[in-house]
Amino acid sequence: MNGKTKPAGLAAPAKEAVRRSRRRKLVRKASPYLVIIGSFLLWELAVWLLKIEPFVLPAPSAIFAAGWEWRGPILLASWQTFVTTIIGFLLAVAFGLAAGTAIGASSALYDAVYPALIGFNSVPKVAVVPILVIWCGIGTLPAIITAFLISFFPILVNVATGIATVEPELRDVLRALGAKQHQILLKVGLPRSMPYFFASLKIAISVAFVGSIVAETVASDSGIGHFMLVASSRFQVPLAFAGLVVTGVMGIAMYVVAVMIEKRMTGWATRGVDTGMVAGG
Amino acid sequence: MVRDFVELDQVALRYGGDVEGTLALQDTSLTVREGEFVAVVGPSGCGKSTLMKVVSGLWPASAGTVAVNGREVTKPLDIVGMAFQNPNLLPWRTTLANVMLPLEIAEPHIRRLRREYPSYLAKVRDLLKMVGLQEFETKHPWELSGGMQQRASLCRALIHDPSLLLLDEPFGALDMFTREELWLALQDLWLARKPTVVLVTHDLREAVFLADRVLVMSNRPGRIIADHAVDIPRPRSLDETFAPKAIEIIQTLRDQISNVRKSAT
Repeated sequence: MNGKTKPAGLAAPAKEAVRRSRRRKLVRKASPYLVIIGSFLLWELAVWLLKIEPFVLPAPSAIFAAGWEWRGPILLASWQTFVTTIIGFLLAVAFGLAAGTAIGASSALYDAVYPALIGFNSVPKVAVVPILVIWCGIGTLPAIITAFLISFFPILVNVATGIATVEPELRDVLRALGAKQHQILLKVGLPRSMPYFFASLKIAISVAFVGSIVAETVASDSGIGHFMLVASSRFQVPLAFAGLVVTGVMGIAMYVVAVMIEKRMTGWATRGVDTGMVAGG
Repeated sequence: MVRDFVELDQVALRYGGDVEGTLALQDTSLTVREGEFVAVVGPSGCGKSTLMKVVSGLWPASAGTVAVNGREVTKPLDIVGMAFQNPNLLPWRTTLANVMLPLEIAEPHIRRLRREYPSYLAKVRDLLKMVGLQEFETKHPWELSGGMQQRASLCRALIHDPSLLLLDEPFGALDMFTREELWLALQDLWLARKPTVVLVTHDLREAVFLADRVLVMSNRPGRIIADHAVDIPRPRSLDETFAPKAIEIIQTLRDQISNVRKSAT
């Protein structure tokens, strides 16, 4: 920096600064993709250099080849898993919203039910699947129920938290207007809990997906979980990995959809900044 | 003859249990006439806020009687506007929608709101204009300064034309200059509508500037130990809070409160 502040002399560096900041933004936007592509390249390189056997760790190229070759069955299995997950998830949303609202609105109910819910949530859902099989047999139903069981809890806890933490003064303001309990819930409690609710959807959709795949692996004859199990039992390791990649892609896609809904519905809460407000899950 | 609007007779309030709970109020008696502006001052923790809850019916008195508008208070009143130190605006609503909130809840507005929306909207806009918020009606609370939020909170407390306005240190969190601006705004609002007001504050200048009468509360359990009429004609100017008449009252109030504080320790 010299002492001169000629406006004409500043124009070029200023333009340069704009260009640089634009480039930085572009790199920032591309970075998630770069990380994914980079790790696949690194993986490919490691497999070639260390001569790792394909049945231990197949190279990404082999995985994608196997995936492409079996694209029909993979697509079918993915669709099955997707539908299973969504059904379980929607059930969880309906139940989580309803139960969360009830528990958040009544502190007596909150005290009564909450410990039991925590106990229930602590039970690993994998352990529940065999019991579900006894009740409903092998197939789609246990997977739906598992997805539901694993994903309703974060929704319920977040909605209940949002409603239960309405500021007492605000409650007084409304009660002094003659507001009934249900009016306070409708005008303040529910809108207030929406950021919590949508934040919990991100978690819920991810764990619902995990739930349905776990159940498919243990007790199903269809779905991507079952597909991977069959592939690895036949030592088609690249194909099993292809299944894993597909689940990863599906997980990201569902998460992105949840984030988009969240941004649309509760922009007021984040004011353009991602707060990552989440309780439980 | 102006009638008494708020009457407290030998009121006690004990919370957290009937016998072992904390006694917040005892033998508290006071009257506020219709359309009168009364300020309550006192040492911190003396039960000023508790007094508000009792008057509004949010908390039932443990002993004694509370009457508002000639009727004994047994459940939360629905004729009250309230504002607190925290503006408590709803972040998902614009200023306009925040001020509208009471109309969506209080009778008889809740039934009329849809049919007479344009006239209600005009009313809200008039009120916002009075406090200088007319250009901020589409802004959300986080886009407003603390003083603006508190103005909106005052509008929300007044929009349904409550006959009783309860203010619990509404300007406590604001800086001096903003606070003085809001005193003027509140004075204008009160002169225009003449609701009965009970203002709890620890700012003696605020009490003297705004109120017709200033009541002093004792230490916990609180009761009213002094009652000063503020005989300054309205509308008052901020300068008058530094005039001898106001200074004299402020001095007296100050002495009484510091005596009360000493007697406690």
